[in-house]
Amino acid sequence: MNLEKKISPVVRDLPPSGIRRFFDLVNTRPDAISLGVGEPDFITPWHIREACVDSLERGMTSYTSNQGMPELLDAISQYLEERFSLSYHSRSEILVTFGASEAIDLALRTLVAPGDEVLIPEPCYISYTSCVQLAGGIPVTIPTKPQNGFKLTVEELEKAITPRTKAIIVCYPNNPTGAVMRKEDWEPLVELIKKHELLVISDEIYAELTYRGTHFSPASLPGMKEHTLVISGVSKAFAMTGWRIGYVAAPAVLLQAMLKIHQYTALCAPIMGQIAALEALKNGLNECQAMVSQYDRRRRFVVKAFQEIGLSCHEPQGAFYVFPSIQSLGMSAEQFAEELIEEESVAVVPGHVFGQNGYGHIRCSYATSLERLDEALRRIERFVKRKRQKLPISSIS
Amino acid sequence: MTDPLRLEILSLLEDNARLSAEQIAHMLDVSVETVEKIIDEFHSQGIILKYGAMVHWCKVGQQRVNALVDVKVTPQHGYGFDSVARRIYLFPEVQSVYLMSGAYDLSVALEVGSMEEVGRFVEKLASFDFVVSTTTHFVLKKYKEDGVILDEPDKDQRLVISP
Repeated sequence: MNLEKKISPVVRDLPPSGIRRFFDLVNTRPDAISLGVGEPDFITPWHIREACVDSLERGMTSYTSNQGMPELLDAISQYLEERFSLSYHSRSEILVTFGASEAIDLALRTLVAPGDEVLIPEPCYISYTSCVQLAGGIPVTIPTKPQNGFKLTVEELEKAITPRTKAIIVCYPNNPTGAVMRKEDWEPLVELIKKHELLVISDEIYAELTYRGTHFSPASLPGMKEHTLVISGVSKAFAMTGWRIGYVAAPAVLLQAMLKIHQYTALCAPIMGQIAALEALKNGLNECQAMVSQYDRRRRFVVKAFQEIGLSCHEPQGAFYVFPSIQSLGMSAEQFAEELIEEESVAVVPGHVFGQNGYGHIRCSYATSLERLDEALRRIERFVKRKRQKLPISSIS
Repeated sequence: MTDPLRLEILSLLEDNARLSAEQIAHMLDVSVETVEKIIDEFHSQGIILKYGAMVHWCKVGQQRVNALVDVKVTPQHGYGFDSVARRIYLFPEVQSVYLMSGAYDLSVALEVGSMEEVGRFVEKLASFDFVVSTTTHFVLKKYKEDGVILDEPDKDQRLVISP
């Protein structure tokens, strides 16, 4: 029996993640300084871990309601209101999921009918395109530009909309570019979104990691709540990636539809994670802010270092990534990343794995201590100097 | 002192005293001269008192005996807690002395080479007129000291590359 043939064509034709091959390569160099890690370097604060340990000792090991523990739903509702001026009813408009990843999948499976188009500004997190395809939709990418700080513009959006466009997935603060969309960046898009009755799937997992000001959610604009599904979680803000707790906040009709899929496919998010997330949202904001100020210090350091090295790098205002261009070196990002790991034992991720307009860029995570970053950037500087010297004179400018 | 730059320099040095002025300047995006000037001020103003290494002595086979002595004292006229404390902290084997609220007055931490030395010190202490009583506790094992967890080095458990 040919098992390969038994696999659904949709799944068979999904390309494997471009990150995989690189992961294997870096894994052969245990001494490497990795700037390729997409998660906080902090460990979950102890009081959060302790809340989970305590609950285990008390025997809290059961299912929870499909939607999530009521106390957690209340805490999420209050948190969204206080931090981002978002008003969602805890019992009808919020659902706790297995990380933000499940929420993205639920949102797409709820909205997408066969042949529907979903817009995806790129570069972006690697899952969106595949999730749209798995839901039976057609991903339509919108390449965002470094000269616009990788923000989505009204012209780019308008050009991509067709009668089949159902939704758009955005992630700001952005992985991998660090771009954010402020209130004034969202306002021009609203008319178009309303006119075409688009739904915005807004992945706000990096919301707390916004520098110089607070995160702005498109759902907080007048009339935009019914057009928006806000997706977030505790992973990045509270250094809780492994706990797998995310959530989605959306108008009740959509939320109830997502809940249907969630109850049949996932039942509920793990209770241990929910208890930890509750502690994080209630008592963890101080630690969150302390971590954010550490990231901010590193961010300023890394941006300046890349400028001094002479690689053009727009200033990221969110998440924990910088996305410098290496085009001036006359090599591909893949070649850059491979030679950098070979010659200097520093791992970065070539930008093309994050989609269009990622070519010619590398993603460097600064979720690493300042001292390690300092060492990594010294090595990158040495590497770039060496590569420049090998270039023909005419291309050195 | 609320200047954020000065506070940032202090927090970096508190965590790692080996950072050079050049590294700190690089990290905080200021000139080396500025960092050097501020650190000099910290020295002259007694804000930074000392740089040292935190040593895990057990790992080099050096057993040290640590003890905490709770001391009740009777301060006398013209001879208050500060003077009493000075009489005690000037002994080189005393690592720290704190004035406490609660059941006793001074908490004295000792680090010496043997239990006998602790005995000799406590005997000396008990013989002072102003000392009413002493209670000595020996440290059996150190788990965490000055914010550092011993025997459990930080290890990055993350995948080397993740999306």
